[in-house]
Amino acid sequence: MSTVTDSVEGTDVKAHEDHHGPAKGLMRWVLTTNHKDIGSMYLWFSFAMFLTGGAMAMIIRAELFQPGLQIVEPAFFNQMTTMHGLIMVFGAVMPAFVGLANWMIPMMIGAPDMAMPRMNNWSFWILPFAAVMLLSTLFMEGGGPNFGWTFYAPLSTDYGPPSTTFFIFSIHMLGISSIMGAINIIATILNLRAPGMTMMKMPLFVWTWLITAYLLIAVMPVLAGAVTMMLMDIHFGTSFFNAGGGGDPVLFQHIFWFFGHPEVYIMILPSFGIVSAIIPAFARKHLFGYTSMVYATASIAFLSFIVWAHHMFTVGIPLIGELFFMYATMLIAVPTGVKVFNWVTTMFRGSMTFEAPMLFSTAFVVLFTIGGFSGLMLSIAPADFQYHDTYFVVAHFHYVLVPGAIFAIFAATYYWLPKWTGHMYDETLAKVHFWMSFIGMNLTFFPMHFVGLAGMPRRIPDYALQFANFNEISSIGGFLFGTTQFLFLFIIIKCIRGGEKAPAKPWEGAEGLEWSVPSPAPYHTFTTPPDVK
Amino acid sequence: MSERMDKPQTVERSARQTVIRSILVACGMFAFGFAMVPLYNVFCQVTGLNGKTDPDPYLYKAAEAKVDTSRNIKVQFVATKNSGMIWDFSPSTPQVTVHPGEPGLLTFVAKNPTDKRMIGQAIPSVTPFEATNYLHKVECFCFTTQTLEAGEEKVMPLRIIVDQDLPKHIKKLTLSYTLFDVTHMY
Repeated sequence: MSTVTDSVEGTDVKAHEDHHGPAKGLMRWVLTTNHKDIGSMYLWFSFAMFLTGGAMAMIIRAELFQPGLQIVEPAFFNQMTTMHGLIMVFGAVMPAFVGLANWMIPMMIGAPDMAMPRMNNWSFWILPFAAVMLLSTLFMEGGGPNFGWTFYAPLSTDYGPPSTTFFIFSIHMLGISSIMGAINIIATILNLRAPGMTMMKMPLFVWTWLITAYLLIAVMPVLAGAVTMMLMDIHFGTSFFNAGGGGDPVLFQHIFWFFGHPEVYIMILPSFGIVSAIIPAFARKHLFGYTSMVYATASIAFLSFIVWAHHMFTVGIPLIGELFFMYATMLIAVPTGVKVFNWVTTMFRGSMTFEAPMLFSTAFVVLFTIGGFSGLMLSIAPADFQYHDTYFVVAHFHYVLVPGAIFAIFAATYYWLPKWTGHMYDETLAKVHFWMSFIGMNLTFFPMHFVGLAGMPRRIPDYALQFANFNEISSIGGFLFGTTQFLFLFIIIKCIRGGEKAPAKPWEGAEGLEWSVPSPAPYHTFTTPPDVK
Repeated sequence: MSERMDKPQTVERSARQTVIRSILVACGMFAFGFAMVPLYNVFCQVTGLNGKTDPDPYLYKAAEAKVDTSRNIKVQFVATKNSGMIWDFSPSTPQVTVHPGEPGLLTFVAKNPTDKRMIGQAIPSVTPFEATNYLHKVECFCFTTQTLEAGEEKVMPLRIIVDQDLPKHIKKLTLSYTLFDVTHMY
């Protein structure tokens, strides 16, 4: 890894410029097979979904600002919690990571493009249609999905709204898009690496994405199977999840969480890769324990397949099952701890500076660890009976997803924005964005630990009076976090339109092939593979 | 793999192979999702998890049955109705006490108070789970669907046997029936 940047040979900058540029007009974006174009579209799509899902979160927080029912009907509140989860998971976080993978993986491994450029175009263009279909259910008779993002049967089969069929179809499409994206990433990483770029020289972002892509092709089809069974139960008279016909609703939970638990690692492993690139760059030290990072990531991915029933401690699984899933879950803390200590050790005695990417990455390490600790608390089966379905769970998974996935995406955006646009972003505004997000996020989610432990149930539009103060704080924090994201949009647009010219390598300590090409990265890079020694 | 530019065809072919292999994995996992259904049922049946009892009648041979008179096992009955089911449904007695190996006989009563013909299906479940495979049903209304005409009342027999091999520490079993309205499925 250490010699990658210095050892690039045969990358004549002029040679890149001679190739044809992007096509003109709107059709460029429809027909493009360029990994950078597709990466940008993924990122813009994901940001649009982030704002959409965020708007739903604002409605939820507005309703919960005070006890009692004041702003929305409970039925609509249920649709908001459900759609917020679905949009954020499938619309915002996953496409953002695929977008980053599209932009960065070919440049990081010295490949000219993704392995299957036309499939790449297809896997992106499925997404907007799936998202529009999912959102359109809100305007259908009976409303949109209202059964929680986990769509447990029979709530979603027997008692779901008529629009459930459209929800199922959009999940199918989102799944197909993810699977195609994952296959493309695997094929790119395994086949298109530059000469000399061995597996153990790959940047960690490439490694974590390779493992994520394997998780995706392993579990997205299982989710597709689960929604297909739902479809058959609803329309074709089967009884997969209907106890009256010989099926079992608990089976749904097993199938769902067999997908769902690896899914939460799909949403965090690429973040690990991102901060593993950024922390060494701003600590001006090489990453500590590269090899152990790779093995830790692989261990987490393996363990993710054998812990799913920790989401189901209260459904009535036998003691031996509770014990197995409890200990297996706790075991995940070991490889995760390896990673956290590696990041901290990388920072230790480094010449650290705190530009926006580093601020977000440092916050990632601290806050993700808090989320990890509350996860450990939840993994204790007997204690989980108290925590289950309370705001403590909401606090836990927002602590791993907001400062985990979302902060890492922010960090990655600021880190690579100079490479994408050719301009430096406004550092002052970016720092304001960081601090407002940091404060807003903690204000929103930290009090949820307390109300959760005190017994406030999740997914309910009203609550007991004693939770009023903490909920008010959460709502204020939520509004702060939400509005701050418009500042993020402004910073990005400002950076695209102009700003200080970015050099090829704007960060002193940055490592990797992507910094050997000029900023902004030419439309075609590495048509001649670099020689990595 | 590393000689990309020397042999572009080879790279393309190996990339295509990776894609085909990955698609096969994805298809295999889709099939695995469905395979989880029978796997789960077999797993539950073998281990007795979820309290799922054998869906078929138990063959009782009076000659072979050894009655363990040293033990008294209380078997309690619970009758619940799934939401939307409006039949009256209850056991004739809330509990029976039997020796292991000795058949116990009781009845459940179901009444269709509506003016329409309806079909019901009772789904049994045993707690503790550990005892699931030791509670045998020789005769049960749950083996088939039950059809009741409008206003009809039906007395349905249930014959159970507690296995002699029931673990010693279990002294009380609960056999619960949930009645589902399955009219729309037939």
